[in-house]
Amino acid sequence: MRNELVEMFTEEKMTAVDAIIERHRDNPGELLMVLVEVQDITRYLPVELQRYIAWRMGIPASRVYGVASFYSYFSLAPRGRKVVKVCTGTACYVKRAGEIKERLKQRLGLSEGEVSADGEFSIEEVRCLGACGLAPVAVIGEETFGLINPDNVEEILEKASS
Amino acid sequence: MISSVSRIAYCASTTCKFRKPIDVRGLLTRTLEELGYAERIGLVETECLISCHQGPSIMFLPGGKVFQVRTEENFTETLQGFFAALQHPTSPLLSEPRTKKEIPGIESVDFFAKQRLIVLRNRGHIDGESIEEYIAHDGYLGLYKALTSLTPEEVIGEVKTSGLRGRGGAGFPTGRKWEEARRYRAYPKYVICNGDEGDPGAFMDRSVMESDPHAVLEGMIICGYATGATQGYIYVRAEYPLALRMLRTAIARAREKGFLGRNILGSGFDFDVHIYPGAGAFVCGESSALMVSVEGKRGMPRTKPPRSTEAGLWGRPTCLNNVETFANIPQIILHGGNWFRAIGTEDSTGTKVFSLTGAVKNVGLVETPMGTDLRTIIFEIGGGIRGNARFKAVQLGGPAGGCLTEDHLHLPVTFDSLQEVGAIMGSGGIVVMDDSNCMVDVARFFTQFCVDESCGKCVPCRVGLRVMLGLLEKIILGRGEPEDLGELERQARHIQTTSHCGLGQAAPNPVLSTLRYFRDEYEAHIHEKRCPARVCVDLLRFEIDPDKCRKCGLCVKVCPVGAMTWQKGEYPVIHRDLCIRCKSCIRACKFKAIN
Repeated sequence: MRNELVEMFTEEKMTAVDAIIERHRDNPGELLMVLVEVQDITRYLPVELQRYIAWRMGIPASRVYGVASFYSYFSLAPRGRKVVKVCTGTACYVKRAGEIKERLKQRLGLSEGEVSADGEFSIEEVRCLGACGLAPVAVIGEETFGLINPDNVEEILEKASS
Repeated sequence: MISSVSRIAYCASTTCKFRKPIDVRGLLTRTLEELGYAERIGLVETECLISCHQGPSIMFLPGGKVFQVRTEENFTETLQGFFAALQHPTSPLLSEPRTKKEIPGIESVDFFAKQRLIVLRNRGHIDGESIEEYIAHDGYLGLYKALTSLTPEEVIGEVKTSGLRGRGGAGFPTGRKWEEARRYRAYPKYVICNGDEGDPGAFMDRSVMESDPHAVLEGMIICGYATGATQGYIYVRAEYPLALRMLRTAIARAREKGFLGRNILGSGFDFDVHIYPGAGAFVCGESSALMVSVEGKRGMPRTKPPRSTEAGLWGRPTCLNNVETFANIPQIILHGGNWFRAIGTEDSTGTKVFSLTGAVKNVGLVETPMGTDLRTIIFEIGGGIRGNARFKAVQLGGPAGGCLTEDHLHLPVTFDSLQEVGAIMGSGGIVVMDDSNCMVDVARFFTQFCVDESCGKCVPCRVGLRVMLGLLEKIILGRGEPEDLGELERQARHIQTTSHCGLGQAAPNPVLSTLRYFRDEYEAHIHEKRCPARVCVDLLRFEIDPDKCRKCGLCVKVCPVGAMTWQKGEYPVIHRDLCIRCKSCIRACKFKAIN
């Protein structure tokens, strides 16, 4: 099982994953923390990886899948290096966040859950970022863009690429 | 010349940090050094200074005069100008941009004048990262008073006298909750601070955690003392990285100073706090779901009783309160329950922090005494509707709340006052909508939100909401039938009465309240296949109304795909085969001549 994962990721990353599981072994409520830290390394949690974590932790794979599929922080599919997250809170929504998302998808030639051919971008919705004063808001990679003009989404993509 | 200025506070809230490209701190550091003031004038990071729409603000202390930093160019001259202006109070720099009124100090700006600050009292005055500054502003004095001169029962008594009710939205009396948690003799007990602020359009808890984290910690420690708990958790959304950082710093500082850890302030009382970053699930804002989540499982609500004060986290007595509730506690202990009780109304005492957003001129955090009416909040503090649009509706209380109309603006906002008209105060999100918003679309937005966030445990919420969403989508696509409205109402009642937790029970509220006050819009969608606000794109025909069109040609210029042609003096022509229905022309037309 581990060999397949080494092929999928790398030996180095899998060693780090093992260390995380080992470190949390005796903490109560550890599963969530393990998944958060593992995803930080692997960027997503494919089912094979979930099975491996379950096996190493001695718990049913269904429990791992239950948690991984429940929280929006976890992704079961690969993500781009830069994730475009469009805020869909109420304040952003009434300021046309839906249109912004559609246009970004159009510009990037992506639908939700897809990764661009160069592995650079993927796009998803995000829950209210609490920056409603700057609505509508989107995050690209680590950078946040506020007061987006829906008619000019190219601008933020250019800024994010530069 | 600048002897009166001892420090400059600059806004570092997430909102201002987002507002690229100005790095206010770097800019101020460089410029003060250049001017040779670097050692005399300190810099302090602070939370929201003035309504966010005006951009990065800096405030001169003492005195509290506020300026906006608009550009980095020639900032040395600008700053010198500011200093000069401080000496000459009539300078135009000191006037409010909209009203042109002179600003003697921050309290006299319309936006602030009607506010009363308890939770946000340190806004703009202290550096959230500095425990010394918090202490200098009476910080940890409430804790000191509680530990040295009050018994746990007396602390609970003060909180009960104050009438404080849970600020997360449910409004459960805080004193009673603490009393219950104290009663059970099972150890260890826990205190949890709910910082999983999930309501879209609400950001007061984020702001408090970022700007005044010690107030939250102090409230939690006092709660631990009162209930007999020794361990606290703060559950913070992962979407709030700055709040996480500020809380981590605050906890480390509080441990160094002996406010956390063993034998706090020499009283023999032990208490410590850990942070738990949430992984993103709206339902985890529900208290029992949050506790299950801290245990590392799927955050699904459980059946009550037993209440969490009896068997909460790990089956132990647990006292869970919201960020804003805890931030009120130190002030209540310090000034007494009666002082707090005198503010606000009989049943809802104290103040409430609202996050005012949407179509108003001044967006930002607003703290007013309970019972302030909606008109004051929206039109006096919020400055009214932005642009030439008209007020249409106000949405309160997030996905569990409802939309109200102009007829309700006289109503005071308290925990109970809005229930009769189908809305709630909730956690304090206020989103104002103008006539460019379609209420059917807004109802669909909230229903979609609840469908996405339903944990799936019980059928009415998991399946019923999906049925409602299907009906709403049908109406929006122009395939609605007259009996759909009755069906929507029937489903809504089912979900309200049979759902397991508060989230499911409240999820139909946005649909019910829009059906109640904006039924004509639903009917226009169904009977006339028309969207009055021109939002629902499938109901738009993209036709030029010759009665309204002034043949200006603006619509043709904005069309991104060249689907419109026009000759001077003629009506524009829309070529349907090219049109991508993006609505650019509709927004551009000043005469609303495109249907």
